[in-house]
Amino acid sequence: MAKDSRLILDPLTDNNPITIQVLGICSALAITAELEASIVMSVSVLFVMGVGNVVISLMRNIIPSKIRIIAQLIVVATLVIIVDLVLKAFAYELSKTLSVFVGLIITNCIIMGRFEAFALGNGPWRSFLDGIGNALGYGIILIIVGFFRELLGSGTLLGIPVLGDPIEKTGLYALGYENNGFMLLSPMALIVVGIIIWVQRSRNKDLIED
Amino acid sequence: MENRTDKNSYTIIFAIGMVLVVGALLAYLASTLKPKITENQRLEKQQNILYAMGINDNDETSAVFISTDKAPEAFETNVTDQIVITVNPDGKVVKTQSRAEYLEETKQEPYLIDVKKQQAAVKTGGNRKLPLFVGKNPEGEKVYVAPIYGKGLWDAIWGYVAMDENMVVRGAYFDHKGETPGLGANIKQRYFMDDFYGEHLLTKNGAFKGITVAKGNADPKNNDKTDNEVDAIAGATITGDGVTAMIKKDLKLYLPYFNSLKGK
Repeated sequence: MAKDSRLILDPLTDNNPITIQVLGICSALAITAELEASIVMSVSVLFVMGVGNVVISLMRNIIPSKIRIIAQLIVVATLVIIVDLVLKAFAYELSKTLSVFVGLIITNCIIMGRFEAFALGNGPWRSFLDGIGNALGYGIILIIVGFFRELLGSGTLLGIPVLGDPIEKTGLYALGYENNGFMLLSPMALIVVGIIIWVQRSRNKDLIED
Repeated sequence: MENRTDKNSYTIIFAIGMVLVVGALLAYLASTLKPKITENQRLEKQQNILYAMGINDNDETSAVFISTDKAPEAFETNVTDQIVITVNPDGKVVKTQSRAEYLEETKQEPYLIDVKKQQAAVKTGGNRKLPLFVGKNPEGEKVYVAPIYGKGLWDAIWGYVAMDENMVVRGAYFDHKGETPGLGANIKQRYFMDDFYGEHLLTKNGAFKGITVAKGNADPKNNDKTDNEVDAIAGATITGDGVTAMIKKDLKLYLPYFNSLKGK
């Protein structure tokens, strides 16, 4: 039985949900054009995975195996909608920022994957750690991809210009540097994720499949 | 022996039970929180209209609404009238009411008119009510704010456009329900909304042309205010086209009213 600390640490590196399990790619492509969106999504998934894994784990002995996927889907959708409603009533501004992520969270395959692969067979505490670990592993990749896409695509980080003004031609742009608009499109997210996978596997040869 | 949870009867009972529990929970939560959410949405509409008029707490780069506790009072003082123009499906003006007249008829504030429902009414051959909010912006100009509503890539997009009597934009606010964060969602960013300021909705001859969110218009600084174009957001073509379409379709209906202002 793996140590509890491995549950948090493994998904960060050698069992990363995005680069090793190749789950959650859809949202990793969709929302990483900006660093801020990546961070918001990571925090949201962290919350939903932590709570969701615990709920599923507590219900693991009463969920019929024939309809377990639907039951999992209901749990995650209910959680997200409850959070959305409460935010709309008490933190309206925040809810507006998060509302576009709601659909993406419900359909995030990492969440379903962890419910299915871990929470259904483990106790609440270990499921909680597993959820947090996987959400962190997901978040790290999202933030790395978001960082490079925003920096190279828009020349900004968190919306703040860091390379100068592309229209007034100051800073790096005075030397003839141009933003790569292609970085803002989804295919480049896939290529950035691909580069991360390449770097990770060339550093740790054990990860390479035959 | 078969596991208890594998039985068909158990599965069905579990499914029914879960749906009932979850349904009841969500219904209870939604109905208890509804008044608060409706109130938040009402205040947001006021904030949106005030934002388009230029009454906001913007800092240098980001869009900030006037705070919710100040919004009702600011709305009261700055929006001097709320006109409701009723048009038939051909776009002909049937009647024009002031706020007082409209309130008397329907007991509803014109700014709460649901643009989406009005658009749907036209499809079934009904008349459409066009609200228009009249007020003074911080520069002291008389501005007219019109709500617009349309479709983006994933879901609804909407906005408020403030114009002077020549239909030159004096401010714009856009929002969306579920556009892609970092791409289409950026229609509510300052750098996009501010571009509309000063743009003409009409051609030189006074015909309605709208404003096109254009790719590669060779005017990224938006110096040319009479080209009826603003610079598009890279990677958000369909959301941009949605903005173009809702401006064209919805604001065009206000042209007869603005033409009638010139006659006076």
